[in-house]
Amino acid sequence: MTLQTLWFILIAVLWIGYFVLEGFDFGVGILLRTVAKTQAERRAVLTTLGPVWDGNEVWLLVAGGATFAAFPEWYATLFSGFYLPLFLILVALIIRGVGFEYRSKYGRESWRSRWDTAIVISSALPALLWGVAFANIVRGVPLLRDSHGVIHYDGGFFNLLNPFGLLGGLVTLSLFTTHGAIFLALKTDGVIRERANALVTKLGLAAAVFAVAFLVWASSLVNKPLVWVLSAVTAVCWLAALGMNLKTREGWAFIFSSLTLALAVTTLFFALYPNVMPNLNGPDGLTITNASSTHYTLTIMTWVAVVMTPLVLIYQGWTYWVFRKRVSATQIMDAEKGVLDTVNL
Amino acid sequence: MNLDLARWQFAITTVYHFIFVPITIGTGFLVAGMQTAWYRTDNLKYLRATKFFGKLFLINFAMGVVTGIVQEFQFGMNWSSYSRFVGDIFGAPLAMEGLLAFFLESTFLGIWIFGWDRLPKKLHLASIWIAATGTLLSAYFILAANAWMQHPVGYKMNPTLGRAELTDIVRVLTQNTAVAAFAHTIPAAFFTAGGFVAGVAAWLLIRKRDVEMARPALKLGVITVIIAFIAVFFTGDWTSRIMTEQQPMKMAAAEALYDTTDNAPFSLLTIGTLDGSRPVYQIDLPSVLSLLSTGDANGVVKGVANLQAEYSAKYGTDNYIPNIPLAYWSFRLMIGFGGLAFLFALLTLWRMRKGGLPTSKWFGRAMLTMPFLPLLANSLGWIFTETARQPWAVFGLIKTADGVSPTVSAGSVATTMIGFTVLYGVLAVIEFGLMFRAIKVGPEAITSSPDNEVGGDSSRPLVMSY
Repeated sequence: MTLQTLWFILIAVLWIGYFVLEGFDFGVGILLRTVAKTQAERRAVLTTLGPVWDGNEVWLLVAGGATFAAFPEWYATLFSGFYLPLFLILVALIIRGVGFEYRSKYGRESWRSRWDTAIVISSALPALLWGVAFANIVRGVPLLRDSHGVIHYDGGFFNLLNPFGLLGGLVTLSLFTTHGAIFLALKTDGVIRERANALVTKLGLAAAVFAVAFLVWASSLVNKPLVWVLSAVTAVCWLAALGMNLKTREGWAFIFSSLTLALAVTTLFFALYPNVMPNLNGPDGLTITNASSTHYTLTIMTWVAVVMTPLVLIYQGWTYWVFRKRVSATQIMDAEKGVLDTVNL
Repeated sequence: MNLDLARWQFAITTVYHFIFVPITIGTGFLVAGMQTAWYRTDNLKYLRATKFFGKLFLINFAMGVVTGIVQEFQFGMNWSSYSRFVGDIFGAPLAMEGLLAFFLESTFLGIWIFGWDRLPKKLHLASIWIAATGTLLSAYFILAANAWMQHPVGYKMNPTLGRAELTDIVRVLTQNTAVAAFAHTIPAAFFTAGGFVAGVAAWLLIRKRDVEMARPALKLGVITVIIAFIAVFFTGDWTSRIMTEQQPMKMAAAEALYDTTDNAPFSLLTIGTLDGSRPVYQIDLPSVLSLLSTGDANGVVKGVANLQAEYSAKYGTDNYIPNIPLAYWSFRLMIGFGGLAFLFALLTLWRMRKGGLPTSKWFGRAMLTMPFLPLLANSLGWIFTETARQPWAVFGLIKTADGVSPTVSAGSVATTMIGFTVLYGVLAVIEFGLMFRAIKVGPEAITSSPDNEVGGDSSRPLVMSY
């Protein structure tokens, strides 16, 4: 296996980490107003994310950094090409992160309610746009080779909002929302758990419809039998997740929905390989070969990744172990009050 | 048009991001120190200090995190040609920063925030130290990447692909430009955090609030400022020498020194012609510049005009002179604001001896500026470092004008620039509002040692929740 292939796989792994982890963050954010009605419930829901959301988001930063280091041409073409969607994602991620930290600082109803709405929207928007972005990458986008031989994205913002792209967006949006509901069912107790549990089936079936349609469409775009197989396994995992949820085996449901997301990313990257950004208008696309860094850089980065990734997984896993207990609304004292409401004397 | 907009966007988002960075790095360690003091002595005033400054630290940290994502993305978004050119080298420290530092910071900070009742005391204390160490690592990698832009090493040019390629990662990570930048930036972060803690503690003291906690906090703040300033001073001197050797134009611009000279004077005031090409009036300290930049009062310092001719011959005809008034004033104001904070800290410490406290009006006013002076010095230092390297993005290799994304329209850059500026403006209002409010709310009245049962049973109230 070449180092380029190894790095292609590593970047897929980083995206798997990101979608599995921040996927449920997005889902929880989207469902904030739906599964939690009282202040205590809202705060319990957000507290399930408290210790972990920031670490989850780092997977995105590392995926971005790794793409920059291992495939600079891919990074440059993708980020300058998908300019406005990435801007919207950035704005949403900024608002969301700040919202988590700031919304409960004051007790004022208007303050909290506005942040809640902001959290819902800023969770839904990236959940949708990541799907749009990935669907377009797999389908191929219009690319143009300039006079210096450099390949650029040659379309606008609205080119990305084609039916296949939008369907991809609906898939991630609905998958992440369901994944978030499963996470909440696993991590909370009482009424939130019941509501989340009940939502999983409805949301999950909608997600299944979108996902199956998308995977069939995607599989027919690429001529690879294994993509069909992977798609089928992904679908089976999803049904297993929904089934486990029905039996209130939430731990298993979460494992299966995580597996589903991991397999979905695997399927997309497998469909993509050895391209990284296929050209819709011809053969002149970006591949793992013409987009990559030198052998030397890839070798160094391989050592770093091989040593660090397992370590990260161990200590991040440990965090989840430390905060393994369910959170319930009854544990939130003085939920209506914010820490900055009254002056200490 | 694109170029100007992209540069403004980079300036706005980066200067803004760097308000939160030095506070985070320095305060993280100070809070870790406070918690260690509590752990060792069981004295509750240290616990109150930990919780109080910890709360301020976290309000600030949230902004640092979210504005940091933009930093990594905008190289690809607005500077795709730059990214293609340097990706083989520049991407590596960025990816390492993520893998080695960001995961560490974010994961262990999460544990620290929510882990008060979930972990044994010692492990909980370790988590803040690990998070703080993560911020140091992160600073090192990003400064090494920046140092490579100031002084590219460990690379070769690939003419076929038209890009720079890495040949020696050890040199990139250990060159003196990187080490000196780290040695200068980290004390500057402590300087900032010291000023922040001192200013806040003084505010409490003046209002006689939690004097038992605020007094040692003020002392910690001013001592941090004093020690950090001394370190900043000497590493700044080191940095200047390296800069004179590696980027003589930058030093000449900082000094508005137009013609090559020995016994070069350090100017206190320069009024130049509008285009910055000639000085009209200067007040000078003889030989000081030569001493500063070469370590020898008789050392030769190259002037702007001579360097312009030299670079035009070497790199092709172009304007290689950075914005001289900006370089000149940002350099001086950096030193000035820093020096002022140092002075305030010294005076305060002097008046605090034998249990005393400054009482006069100057104290209250001076301490109000303490959180801001070091921040200004930090910003101006970076504005100097980055603008006086112009027209280069990577010195001698690629000009900023050649790094901008060729396919992104001016309208798109303008859209995102306005978007980020408005968003950042609104968030600044919210952030500063929360910060002031949290200071006003003051430290919690903790009067007995918390005896949290480790493990956090599902039925017990949570010590920490969102």
